[in-house]
Amino acid sequence: MTRASFKVWRTDDSGGGHFADYTVDVVPGMVVLDAIHQIQATAAPDMAVRWNCKAGKCGSCSAEINGNPRLMCMTRLNTLNQLEPITVEPMRAFPPIKDLVTDVSWNFRVKQTITPFTPRPADAPDGTWRMRQQDVDRVQEFRKCIECFLCQDVCHILRDHHLHDEFIGPRFLTFAAALEMNPLDAADRVPALKEQHGIGYCNITRCCTKVCPEHITITENAIIPLKERVVDRYFDPVTKLFRMFQS
Amino acid sequence: MNTFETLDYDVLVIGAGGAGLRAAIEASAAGVKVGLICKSLLGKAHTVMAEGGVAAALANVDDRDSWKVHFADTMRGGQYVNNWRMAELHAREAPDRVRELEAWGAVFDRTKDGRILQRNFGGHRYPRLAHVGDRTGLELIRTLQDYGIHRGIDVHMEFTVVSLLTSSGQAAGVIGYERERGRFKVFRAGAVVLATGGAGRAYQITSNSWEGTGDGHALAYQAGADLMDMEFIQFHPTGMIWPPSVRGILVTEGVRGEGGILLNKEGRRFMFDDIPDAYKNQTATDEEEGWRYTQGDKSAKRPPELLTRDHVARCIMREVKAGRGSPHGGVFLDIAWIKKKLRNADEHIKRKLPSMYHQFKELGDIDITKEPMEVGPTTHYIMGGIRVDGDSQMSSIPGLFAAGECAAGINGANRLGGNSLSDLLVFGKRAGEHAAAFVKTHSRAGVDDAQAARAMGDALRPFDAAAGGGENPFTIQTALQDMMQRHVGIVRNEAEIQQALVELEALKVRAARAAVTGHREYNPGWHTAIDLSNLLTVSEAISRSAIERKESRGGHFREDYPDRKPEYATFNIVTRRKADGSMEVVRVPLPPMPDELKQIIEEQKA
Repeated sequence: MTRASFKVWRTDDSGGGHFADYTVDVVPGMVVLDAIHQIQATAAPDMAVRWNCKAGKCGSCSAEINGNPRLMCMTRLNTLNQLEPITVEPMRAFPPIKDLVTDVSWNFRVKQTITPFTPRPADAPDGTWRMRQQDVDRVQEFRKCIECFLCQDVCHILRDHHLHDEFIGPRFLTFAAALEMNPLDAADRVPALKEQHGIGYCNITRCCTKVCPEHITITENAIIPLKERVVDRYFDPVTKLFRMFQS
Repeated sequence: MNTFETLDYDVLVIGAGGAGLRAAIEASAAGVKVGLICKSLLGKAHTVMAEGGVAAALANVDDRDSWKVHFADTMRGGQYVNNWRMAELHAREAPDRVRELEAWGAVFDRTKDGRILQRNFGGHRYPRLAHVGDRTGLELIRTLQDYGIHRGIDVHMEFTVVSLLTSSGQAAGVIGYERERGRFKVFRAGAVVLATGGAGRAYQITSNSWEGTGDGHALAYQAGADLMDMEFIQFHPTGMIWPPSVRGILVTEGVRGEGGILLNKEGRRFMFDDIPDAYKNQTATDEEEGWRYTQGDKSAKRPPELLTRDHVARCIMREVKAGRGSPHGGVFLDIAWIKKKLRNADEHIKRKLPSMYHQFKELGDIDITKEPMEVGPTTHYIMGGIRVDGDSQMSSIPGLFAAGECAAGINGANRLGGNSLSDLLVFGKRAGEHAAAFVKTHSRAGVDDAQAARAMGDALRPFDAAAGGGENPFTIQTALQDMMQRHVGIVRNEAEIQQALVELEALKVRAARAAVTGHREYNPGWHTAIDLSNLLTVSEAISRSAIERKESRGGHFREDYPDRKPEYATFNIVTRRKADGSMEVVRVPLPPMPDELKQIIEEQKA
């Protein structure tokens, strides 16, 4: 059996924090969350961490591993350099609560501000709708989102510029896209995307897409099409023509 | 110290998985004030893990399906100890609950003519599971969550309930603490709905998340409610077994529904070796027919891989015990073989089973479009639970309701895949509706502050125990899981279950001395100590019920009584707390089934 060392962020009672050193016994196939659990069960029972499914389906165990936003349950130790200590720290775009746990409640408040799904009248007399799989595929990509908030964590508009009051972030642009592109939805979110949700702030650095554990193409498939809808609605015809020639 | 904030609701729902969310939505629609408590963040409940689909006789893919066939399939799967009224309501109402989800924003996979697509699953006679690839649970919980947040429901996230409060024998509210700061709160309510899910964390190898510690079962039991049929635990036949750190994580039955086959180390498709008499007429006679069934040929019968979960799990155990297992102690599940039958099989597998592809690739470094998976049984679901009225979901305590996995009845001795998500919707709605009606027609019971203070004191005891050098709660929890796995697992016998009861007494003594370090704020050691007490209660109920049932039926297999006994089909086994605090076990006769339902079962046996 081999051993690996970890540096895990622990908050101090004063509100600050430090990296604490731990050593972990490594077994085949082990992931970072297993290591955290081993530390919890043996050395630090009060170490705070969120997790639920341990299979990449719930999005609870988001953290920054060696500086990269990842799910702890989906990060195998054999994909990391075990000769150096592995650092595990909380998401840095959200206020710390304790150790690896941050206050993500802002995300839940943001979601409530987005106009909910509003279906068109039913297609069939029995109150049901008809949709083609290929139309559904487009939305299903966004609905894979497990709300781990890693895309929010890595978005520089939130992480560095703290524009939480003006920008809903990639997760909720994707959420808005899922609603806007739902073949049944009849609501219009385009004005809100421009005015309240701050879509203009996104300058397509693709950081969100790179960290998405569900491999959702957030930037190209969700945000850019929404930006185009905003542009089509609000920009003058000359600009539209210019764009047509460019593409 | 003995102070706590107090909040008032008409209906308080404990648990925000599918059943809890659906109950909260329904109660809110009835115009009452609703509070919803989640143990984790909203949307992270175990419902997200459900993969295969939601069972509902929409008859979109096979027009021979109907509520009657679904009812008969459910009763046969549950080996006739189900609450027939719940099985009937479930089969009748599931299609409406699924259509309603679509109206709330769920996006299911489609048939060629644009309706909701349905897939094959174990024990279901026709393709019946509405699904979204293999992430149906996520679709369901997200739809309910996103619909529910606009309905004026107060959501209390990361809040742990430690005790159910009663007054004059009626539910009055709960006391618990918010995890972030460790502060206690009392919620007063006219009616309480328990929707806390399962108890799989009583076992070492489980598909359940940390939350599945039988909280609702234990809260209801401690308050004096009846638990029913707790011996019926479902061991899902296909959990991951390698690498060790992922052992127990689920591999959806959808793999078999899409044509996946089970092989032993000799490459033999062993499921053809033992087909139960009750299913002989509906099972394929050869491999070719089984394949045609999975591809939608209505004239073909289902492959034996799609027999009920209890049977498939036991067949896998038989292969392993006979030395014909895979290198890591399971068997092989192969979907890659369909490339012999389908062009673009790789793409087909990735589209139909995206999460499974992803899960094996990232956790096991295995490409399931090319290689077989290694799988073995994992603790998945508890069919037993809080005994409720079939129509209203009210427990034996007035004003206390239960829905979803923590309630008993619909599944009998074994749950069919896909019946869990439909159960959540059908009975979540009913519980919410009847809880709201109860509030409107009954005067409220007051909360006794002394009762709340006692519960708070009990919950804080692990902090005092630290001074005496008490034991780490994680160590005790591991010991309990190991013990239950060995003594009250897939194959049981009297001597081992009796031994479990002896060891449970010793574990209770250790748990009483469990000690935690640090402060109350977001302290996992403390949560584990509280979960432990619930797990011990549930484990005792499982063990005592398992001793009482001296036969083998569904998820309960006794090697000392390997056959089913007809007299055991006439009652349910109920556990309840006696005045002296000990657990009593009683047999409660099953209510007689109406003739028209009996007739449906007979008709469907053909």
